[in-house]
Amino acid sequence: MSRAALLVLADGRFPAGGHAHSGGAEAAVKAGRITSAASLEDFCRGRLHTAGLVAGALAAAAVLGVEPRELDAAADARTPSPALRAAARRLGRQLMRAARASWPSAELDALAGEFPKGVHQPVVLGVAARAAGLSPVDAAYCAAYESVSGPATATVRLLSLDPFDATGALARLAPELDRVADAAVEAAGRVVDEGVDALPAASGPLLEVGAEWHAAWPVRLFAS
Amino acid sequence: MTVTGVRAHARIVARADGRGGTALPVLDGDGPLALRRTRASGGEARVMVVGAMSGPLGGDRFSLEARVEEGARLHVGSAAATIALPGQAKGGARYDVRLDVADDAELHWLPEQLIAAGGSDLYVTTRAELGAGARLVLREEQVLGRFGEEPGRLTSRLTVRVAGRTVLDQELSCGPGAPGGWDGPAVLAGHRSVGQLVVIRPEFAEQPPAARMLGECAALVPLAGPAVLVSAVSPDALSLRRLLDQALTLLG
Amino acid sequence: MHLDHTHHGPSALSADAHRPDGTRRALRIGLGGPVGSGKTATVAALCRALRDELSLAVVTNDIYTREDAEFLLREAVLPPERITAVETGACPHTAIRDDISANLEAVEDLEDAVGPLDLILVESGGDNLTATFSKGLVDAQIFVIDVAGGDDIPRKGGPGVTTADLLVVNKTDLAPYVGSDLARMAADAKAQRAELPVVFQSLRGETGAADVAAWVRERLAAWTA
Repeated sequence: MSRAALLVLADGRFPAGGHAHSGGAEAAVKAGRITSAASLEDFCRGRLHTAGLVAGALAAAAVLGVEPRELDAAADARTPSPALRAAARRLGRQLMRAARASWPSAELDALAGEFPKGVHQPVVLGVAARAAGLSPVDAAYCAAYESVSGPATATVRLLSLDPFDATGALARLAPELDRVADAAVEAAGRVVDEGVDALPAASGPLLEVGAEWHAAWPVRLFAS
Repeated sequence: MTVTGVRAHARIVARADGRGGTALPVLDGDGPLALRRTRASGGEARVMVVGAMSGPLGGDRFSLEARVEEGARLHVGSAAATIALPGQAKGGARYDVRLDVADDAELHWLPEQLIAAGGSDLYVTTRAELGAGARLVLREEQVLGRFGEEPGRLTSRLTVRVAGRTVLDQELSCGPGAPGGWDGPAVLAGHRSVGQLVVIRPEFAEQPPAARMLGECAALVPLAGPAVLVSAVSPDALSLRRLLDQALTLLG
Repeated sequence: MHLDHTHHGPSALSADAHRPDGTRRALRIGLGGPVGSGKTATVAALCRALRDELSLAVVTNDIYTREDAEFLLREAVLPPERITAVETGACPHTAIRDDISANLEAVEDLEDAVGPLDLILVESGGDNLTATFSKGLVDAQIFVIDVAGGDDIPRKGGPGVTTADLLVVNKTDLAPYVGSDLARMAADAKAQRAELPVVFQSLRGETGAADVAAWVRERLAAWTA
């Protein structure tokens, strides 16, 4: 097993459906809350410390072998928006397909069989990282980074934002990504002993509300 | 000399009185968490939290437990908003609410707003445990700062479990020192009032209400369980209350 | 790419010719091409031509979520449960070529929901001349251009024009009005595509999409053989 598998898993071109999701950026752009590279950065920072932290902890816990069924239920409780729950499961199913092709594993096969309609994406991410021989912190980094890279890429398309500005924003978030990944791994370690209630539950009300607003649009560019 | 904060604990037990009403065999509370029984309405007992002093201040530890036993109906409100203030004691304040609602029991938990005044630091947890057939209406409203004031630090975690299964677990952290982005476009975007209304009814398991928007910054959503959440951010406490009241009316 | 030799699991991975229950899955045909060339109109015409003899369904990949799907629904070419829209994040070519996972979900969900199906048409949103379908998603692809887009498109080539299993030159009825030379387009296409077939069609004419429908039937016969 190779650490470089992380590069494959975290690659934005990994064919797991992420390109069609804006991570809430499309709603925030239309609401006028993201208008520039600066507000994009602030959006990403908020998403990182809320949804990103939770996703990182879910993924890390899955690498540690915590029962995916329990993690999936915990993800449901931390995702009030049914639109976001559906998007997370759809992305989980898409990631499952790519992961099974990349790192064939009995655990991935079993999970796909148990949940034909999909598991929350970060849980699949963790099981995939496990299949790839990666560590909890690798999975946490991957989940936390995805929580900000998706909105950044989407905003480049939505606002015709200068891609250098968007990438610069991601680079500036790097130290916070480090902290979030560490916190996620620390929480995941507690989950092993204390159960899934030890998972972080950080939330962004406007992410949840915005997702419902977005899901009701008849016309949109991104799936979520 | 170390200044220690106030410890306050209050307990309510509501029990069916066998004649279609609800008795309150336990109604303990004092100081900042003094309790008063008010006029009952139908089979429902009513309790008001009447804080005898302001708080919680830094270093204070408050806890409140309410248990609604099978067949009982309880309504809890508060006489005024709770204001978290900075204190002389070291460390933040903590306020823990534990709600237990048995099968076939009903709780309306409708306190006034929690205001995080400038310089305050409060961690509040609300944990509701419901039996399979229990009913709940729970409202939480947080106001960040008094009028024209910078907010204090506030972290609020709300956990709701039905029949042993967690249907909602949400934490909101805001104010100075909170993780970055709390006032940005993903979290509050400059709004100073944020609220949640949780409604749990057994019939929602079969027939959950459809998700719907209530204006641009509030949504009513069915949770994964017999529960509905209304989540809202708003410029001020009054408009927030209006949104949550409107949502409750919609649910009938 | 038949991954079913190496993987045994509850759901198909990519281009497996069989569904998890062992039955042969539907033939998948992609339709791509530039904006406004008549992809959706061709899909609608194909549905009308084939719906009585085949069990079919459509997946659209719009730039704006459901626009093409809505058109097909309005035209009532198929019952609504046989039409699915896939969001593409403003990049149809990514969804049909680089990351086909959402489209694979869509075609499999359609087969589960309304199957068994003989044929699934996967329509790309209008994109550029280099946008082609992944072989992991479709078994054959049709590239639709039109005479009004310029009669030099076949000469310019590009992966769509050069490699598509069928090239459709649409709106031939407009050729006199836009000054397009159909003979030159045919010669250029022949030069670019050698033996690969080209159909010139006008959906306003009497034959409509009959030639394309005939080509689809041939493909289907080969698929089920």
